[in-house]
Amino acid sequence: MNLYIELLASTIRMSVPLILACIAGLWSERSGIVDIGLEGKMLIAAFVAASASAVFGSAWIGLFCAVLASVAFALVHGYASINQRGNQVVSGVAINMLAAGLAVVLGNEWFKEGGRTPALPPEGRFLPFEFPMLYDIPVVGTFAKIFLTHSILAYFAFAIVPLSAWALARTRFGLRLRAVGENPQAVDTAGISVAALRYRAVIIAGVLCGVAGAFISTSLSSSFVRDMTAGSGFMALAALIFANWRAYPALGACLLFGFLQAIGNFAQGASVDGFQIPVQFINMLPYVLTVVLLAGFIGKSVPPRASGIPYVKDR
Amino acid sequence: MMQTRGELPNWVDVGLIPLINLCVALIASGLVVLIIGENPFEAMWIMVQGSLGSLKGWGYMLYYATNFVFTGLAVAVAFHAGLFNIGGEGQAYMAGVGAATVGLGLDWLPWPILLPLAILASMAMGAFWAWIPGVLQAKRGSHIVITTIMFNFIAASLVGYIINYGFRPVGKMAVESREITGAYILSAREVAREYFGVKIASSPLNFSVFLALIAAWAVWYLLWRTKLGYEIRALGANPAAAVYAGIRADRIIIIAMTISGALAGLMAVNEILGVQHRLLLGYVGGAGFVGIAVALMGRSHPIGILLAAMLFGLLYQGGSELSFAKPEINRDMVVVIQGLVILFMGAFEYAFRPALSALFFPLGGEDNQ
Repeated sequence: MNLYIELLASTIRMSVPLILACIAGLWSERSGIVDIGLEGKMLIAAFVAASASAVFGSAWIGLFCAVLASVAFALVHGYASINQRGNQVVSGVAINMLAAGLAVVLGNEWFKEGGRTPALPPEGRFLPFEFPMLYDIPVVGTFAKIFLTHSILAYFAFAIVPLSAWALARTRFGLRLRAVGENPQAVDTAGISVAALRYRAVIIAGVLCGVAGAFISTSLSSSFVRDMTAGSGFMALAALIFANWRAYPALGACLLFGFLQAIGNFAQGASVDGFQIPVQFINMLPYVLTVVLLAGFIGKSVPPRASGIPYVKDR
Repeated sequence: MMQTRGELPNWVDVGLIPLINLCVALIASGLVVLIIGENPFEAMWIMVQGSLGSLKGWGYMLYYATNFVFTGLAVAVAFHAGLFNIGGEGQAYMAGVGAATVGLGLDWLPWPILLPLAILASMAMGAFWAWIPGVLQAKRGSHIVITTIMFNFIAASLVGYIINYGFRPVGKMAVESREITGAYILSAREVAREYFGVKIASSPLNFSVFLALIAAWAVWYLLWRTKLGYEIRALGANPAAAVYAGIRADRIIIIAMTISGALAGLMAVNEILGVQHRLLLGYVGGAGFVGIAVALMGRSHPIGILLAAMLFGLLYQGGSELSFAKPEINRDMVVVIQGLVILFMGAFEYAFRPALSALFFPLGGEDNQ
């Protein structure tokens, strides 16, 4: 019983960065900007959060700096995609590589630990809230152990899903943003700036990736290690495609991926009928499933019509 | 021939703009060095000295360049078909399994038969690892960037497992295969000693460098001199028109990815058969990703790729010399430069075009009176 509670609580923890990155991708791609650079933005944010938190001794300052760094990278991507009309996939790959290199080079220079950051003290981390008085109540306690053992960033992630769904479906900004991803000409004709809308979407994506990165290095873990995002940005993209660019299905897809990662963590060293499952196969599991999901369900999903296509004003 | 208004001459497009973009990328890299608190000019000088200042440096530079020609050509072939194969890393890693399986498993064969078989096995395994994402893209529409990245991660685990449980000799601690003695590519040093009686500085440079030249020529011939190459380029340039002209998109996607993977797989020939003579953990070491920068910088043309691969060979060799001389500058500085090169040569490709146009046609394009 306890194992299942642990597994579900871990599922929620592991899905937090995926949810944030996936919703970041949702905002960006709904406005027509393809974002392969979610991974890089999360990675640089994870590094900056851990570094700033180690230097200033505050998780909140770490979070703030992480968001700034991630938004800076997002703006580079925005400038390349919106003003320069460059290839958005290439720009995203460049962002990923730049983040991976810069994090290690700067980390090595600042902390002299080969690209790691020092282990954070408790006040430098986003620790889970504990509600010990609830855990002993029979049924409520079980739920409390699953849902009420997380840090504030996790609750932020779960709050951002309905908020984004509402904003995209019901607000003037959200409707315009979606229109710009489907038919930028029409939006332009209505006298609304395509570039300004897309920049706002890119910045929102940057903020969310920043929070995701901070969660990874200061809540899930207590320091930055190289390449610690390990492909979650790409899994978030796969979840987004799987969810057909909609917020609530995206939440479901991310929880599924989170569940796989949680199983992976629990299955380390597990054995079936005395046969030990090699650790390599457990590590492979989320990646294989990403491919299977992409291959199995893609036919049904339709991306925003203008996504990836730079907007050129007619003369 | 009369030029249309404001159109830049060809040499500007092919030569000057890439050169300017490269310089900007290097200046940006210099700024990173400056932030770390080192002198970028001194760093650059150490890098150039470390790779071009000695015969040994040249050997290392060309050896790295050999890897990057293979992975760069791999990215370029897919690029021409409009596909972004960022899975060169995994494809080359899987190719190592092919090379080692044949090199060790059939080592009773004489080397003139064994070596070509081992090379073919490398290409086949690399091709296989790109073929699956190719099929998934062509038949199921799975985003090739995501699947190839996932295949990198899968290969990293899978090959680790294969080496650990399939190749590692019993009782040996290091996770690597035993030595491949039959399929052997002569190093430049051995050739100089055996056949010319000259002693030259030790470096990993080997005969694979000629294989890289042949591969570059073959890619050029394929893309610009064959029907298949024409179909690949047509699909990449305008998919709708290509399909309308009767080109089968799914078939071309799968073929282009397979060729791309086979080229990435050739990296195993240089690294496993030419230098390491054993299959070891993580031997690709990022060369698959360098291929992206090399292909973008070389404008996906074999000649451009040869030059770009040599530049990255210089950066890699110079970079390791630099990290000896200045421990503050980590080897991962090369990854930063790679990222900046991809950014400025790929995403900001046309950033300096308006300025150059203004420079060439100061009167708003009235050059053709």
